[in-house]
Amino acid sequence: MGWFKRLKDGIQTATRNKKEAPEGLWYKCKRCKETSTVKELRENFLKCPHCNYHIRIGSHDYFDLLFDGNFEELFDDLRSKDFLEFSDLQPYHKRLDDAQKKTSLSEAISVAVGKVNRRKLIVAAMDFKFIGGSMGSVMGQRIAQAIDHALETRTPLMIISKTGGARMMESAFSLMQMAKTSAKLSELAKAKVPYFSFLTDPTTGGVTASFAMLGDINFAEPEALIGFAGPRVIKETIKRDLPEGFQTSEFLLEHGFLDFIVDRKDLKSRVGDLLALFAVKE
Amino acid sequence: MVFLDFETPLEKLYEQREKLQQVSEEGDIDMSAAIKELENKIKNTRKEIYSNLTGWQKVQLSRHPERPYTLYYIHQMCRKFVELHGDRYFKDDKAIVGGIGNIDGQTVVILGHQKGVNTKMRQYRNFGMANPEGYRKALRLMKMAERFNFPVVCLIDTPGAYPGIEAEERGQAEAIARNLFEMAQLKVPIVCVVIGEGASGGAIGIGLGDKVSMMENTWYSVIAPESCSSILWRSWDYKEQAAEALKLTADHMFDFGIIDEIIKEPLGGAHSAPEEMAKILKRHIKKSINELLEMTPEERIEARINKYANIGVYDVVKEEEKVEETES
Repeated sequence: MGWFKRLKDGIQTATRNKKEAPEGLWYKCKRCKETSTVKELRENFLKCPHCNYHIRIGSHDYFDLLFDGNFEELFDDLRSKDFLEFSDLQPYHKRLDDAQKKTSLSEAISVAVGKVNRRKLIVAAMDFKFIGGSMGSVMGQRIAQAIDHALETRTPLMIISKTGGARMMESAFSLMQMAKTSAKLSELAKAKVPYFSFLTDPTTGGVTASFAMLGDINFAEPEALIGFAGPRVIKETIKRDLPEGFQTSEFLLEHGFLDFIVDRKDLKSRVGDLLALFAVKE
Repeated sequence: MVFLDFETPLEKLYEQREKLQQVSEEGDIDMSAAIKELENKIKNTRKEIYSNLTGWQKVQLSRHPERPYTLYYIHQMCRKFVELHGDRYFKDDKAIVGGIGNIDGQTVVILGHQKGVNTKMRQYRNFGMANPEGYRKALRLMKMAERFNFPVVCLIDTPGAYPGIEAEERGQAEAIARNLFEMAQLKVPIVCVVIGEGASGGAIGIGLGDKVSMMENTWYSVIAPESCSSILWRSWDYKEQAAEALKLTADHMFDFGIIDEIIKEPLGGAHSAPEEMAKILKRHIKKSINELLEMTPEERIEARINKYANIGVYDVVKEEEKVEETES
């Protein structure tokens, strides 16, 4: 007879008390379920070494992948505000607090300026972990300021999208960020400063329907979900199954909305090439 | 007449009046005094109901089956109007209509979402949910307006851009994004009015303008209250709460500085007096166009972009506070 006896059957821990496995040593691929070490992952440009699945990474991972070394973060002083006192199952201000604590980020987008293969680039990159990478006033404003900075310094701009779309808790304000960012981009285009839109898994909703589709060059990571409406909404509307490969990067490339798809290991050199090709000799 | 659930007291009064009228028509009893009294009561009850509408009730009104739609207003406002079709690439979308018309001597390009007036037509119009070709048709007409220096009028009334397989294949997102980008730089005045539902990207896809207004009983939001309820509350039953939380009425939008004006509707809503509503809308459009024509194209574009650049609410923290944040 054992020393301990299980008194109650099943798992007793509530989901909210569940301990996340510590990040740092092992990674289990979401797609092929193979396990690899984080070191292997890092050496493979944060892709699964077994199946090349591009795992969802954060803004600072992209900064590290792209920039030659140092970079400077910009507009980090803007914070979202629960202006509408929006509350669903929990108040918006609590969601914001939780997201900030969980991610140690101030918002769902970070902007940085640095050099890619010795050429200057402003990069605005999103974090899906921060309320689904959703676009509220702060995302709109950071993008607007990034565009202003690009205009003033005539530096090319790259936006890396990874988002569910507009942030419902900011209602019409989030909707208006579509108009705001697109209007600002029209100024950038007029000034002939290049804008590269890089779409990663996932890019949907109001972000796709504004700045993400407006790049001089639109390109994506392999197999990313990209669309206007989410697949679940479409399925519910048309009441039939969606074709295989629907709304993937490859689907968008085939239908003419992307210029190319780039593997993460080639990202830096491809962006470097673009910067070199677009650079006009003074 | 169609009565909404919150109009039940009104419906009962109407029934009473009808009965009295029948009695007085059939017999010798004079009911005119009683009918008059009842009519007064109807008027007061209506005033009372309509002065305290909730967000959800306004959503219901914006979807009232008898509410006038874009083509009705166009034909009421324009002495001459020629409808134009097709995006020149794929097909003619039936959920966005548009053409060239004349409002009291001023030629305009006028376009908007169109819903159907009966079951068959509602299907034909895809319930006012446009596909990419609808947005591209709208853009084609706006570009033509720009070439000939005609002001553009956009009437917004959609439950959203259509979420379908073909819409994605043909680039729903790109079509909306392109319109926003091009409308920001359009050289002619753009006057937008939400005449019914203003749902999300489908609405703003023809909604970026110099002057954006909403009729009194309409709404404008990033998402329809039902969908918001289903996503955030994980149930379809919280649409009333969602409608309140989204603060989507014309009053809210005006207070937030997102729209420029609220257009009053006749008592009882646009559908209770459509001709009067069309007259009010026409006055509003004429006044707005005249104001905007005072500016040069460059001034308009600059003001337009600045207006949108200023929409957003956020805090700016100082360096010291940032440190505190990371410590706490």
